[in-house]
Amino acid sequence: MHDAPSAKELIEAVKSFLDKTAMVQLQGHAAFHARVASNALATVLREMELRPAAEARERDRLQALLKSHEADVGKLNCQLCEEIQVGRVDLGTPGLLTHLKSTTIDQLSVDQPGYSGLRTAAR
Amino acid sequence: MGTVTDIEKALTDWASEHYGAGAAITGVRRLSGGASQETWAFEVEAGDKGEALILRRAPGGISAPRASEAVTLATEAALLGATGKAGVRVPGVRHVSAPGSALGEAFIMKRIEGETLGRKILRDAEYEIARTRLTRHCGEALAGIHSVPLQGLPGLPTSLGRNQIDKYEAVYREFDLPRPVFELAFAWLKANAPEPAPPVLVHGDFRLGNLIVDANGLGAVLDWELAHIGDPREDIAWLCVNSWRFGQTENRVGGFGQLDELLDAYAAAGGARYRPADIDWWEIMGSLKWGVMCMTMYGAFKTGADPSVERAAIGRRVSENEIDLINLFEGLGRHA
Repeated sequence: MHDAPSAKELIEAVKSFLDKTAMVQLQGHAAFHARVASNALATVLREMELRPAAEARERDRLQALLKSHEADVGKLNCQLCEEIQVGRVDLGTPGLLTHLKSTTIDQLSVDQPGYSGLRTAAR
Repeated sequence: MGTVTDIEKALTDWASEHYGAGAAITGVRRLSGGASQETWAFEVEAGDKGEALILRRAPGGISAPRASEAVTLATEAALLGATGKAGVRVPGVRHVSAPGSALGEAFIMKRIEGETLGRKILRDAEYEIARTRLTRHCGEALAGIHSVPLQGLPGLPTSLGRNQIDKYEAVYREFDLPRPVFELAFAWLKANAPEPAPPVLVHGDFRLGNLIVDANGLGAVLDWELAHIGDPREDIAWLCVNSWRFGQTENRVGGFGQLDELLDAYAAAGGARYRPADIDWWEIMGSLKWGVMCMTMYGAFKTGADPSVERAAIGRRVSENEIDLINLFEGLGRHA
C-alpha cells in the first residue's frame, strides 16, 4: 500500500477546501455545519499526532493503578469504572485523581485544546 | 395549519379582539426553528396601544411529545404569570391559546429587547454596567422564583438531587461507554449527597443564553421549559457550571460574578442563606448532567436519528465536562 497522499495530507486538503472554498460560499446553517466539519477534521489531525503517545501513558498509569498486566486500554478503563462503582477505588485512592487529570488533559488536547477548563487544570 | 398567512390571520383576529377593531399585525417572522417549539416575533399596530410581541407555539400548532421533562406551553405561560407576580423580571403574558383553536397550542408574550448571547454579554462594552449588576440581579431573580407559592402552580414534575443522580446514571449506563471521571462523579455524589432543602419552584435552566440582558442588567428570565419542583441550590449551581462561563472561568457566577455576592443578594432578597460550599455538590451534579446531555446528543448521531456533523462533533466536548469535574474535585481538596 502507498501513502501518497497520506491520510494526514488528504484530511488537510479537505479541511483547506472547507475553510477556503466551502465556508465562504455557504450561508446560515450550512456555513455553521461547514465550520463544525472543519473543526472535526482539526480534531482528527490532533488525534493522529497525539493519541499513540497519550494512550501509551494512559496504559502505564492504569496498569500501575489497577496492578494489572492487561494491555487493552478499553478493558483497563472498564475495570477502573467497576472498581469505582463498587467503592474499592474512590477520590481518596492515591494516584486516582492525578491519573484522571492527566488522561483528561491529554483527551482535551485532542478534543478542545482551547477550552477554558484546560487552563484552570494547568494552574 | 402553520403557514405564515394562517398565523397572520389568527393573530389579526386575536389583535382586533384585544386591542380593538382596526388593530393590525406586522412583521411576522420566525425566530427559531426548534423542533419542539416555534418562536415568532411580530408587532401589533393599534394607535398608542401597539406593542412588540412574541408568539411561542407548538410546531404547526399541534402539541407533539416534547422532551420528557419539558413542561407544556400553557404551563410555561402560567409560570411567567406566577413568577412575574413574585417580582421576577419576566415577559408579561398577553394570551394563551388552546390546542384546536385558530392559533393552535400557543401563547403570546411581550417582547423584551436585549441580548441573550453569553459571549457578547460578557465581552461587549455595551454591557459593562450591566455586568456590574448582573450578579445581584440574578440573586434577586432566583430568590423571587424560589419564593413562588407552590399551591397555585400548574402540575410540575418533582426532581430532587437523588432523582437526578438516578436519572442521569441510567442514561449514562445505557450508552455503555465507560468514562471513569463520570463514574467517580456518580459515586461521589451518592456518597456525599446533602440533606434535601425544602422543595421550591426551580427554573431548571437559569444561565446566560436564557436571560435577556440589556445595558442596565437583567431584562427578563426566559426558557421555562425545564421548570420543576426541586432544590433551590440546583438553580444557583447551574448558573456556576463552567460550561456557562464562556471562557471567563475566574468568575464562578456565569462568567460575570462571584458566588459570595450572588449568595448575599439571594439571602437579602428573601432566599435561604447558603455558603459557597453548599453549592459545590450541585455544581458537580450540574457539570455531570451537562456531560451526560452531550453524550445524549452524540447518541442521536450514533443511532442515526440525527446524522449531522454537529451531533457527531459534540461527543468530543464531553471531555470539557470531565476536566470541569476534576477541577471541582481538586477544589474540594483545597477547601477541606
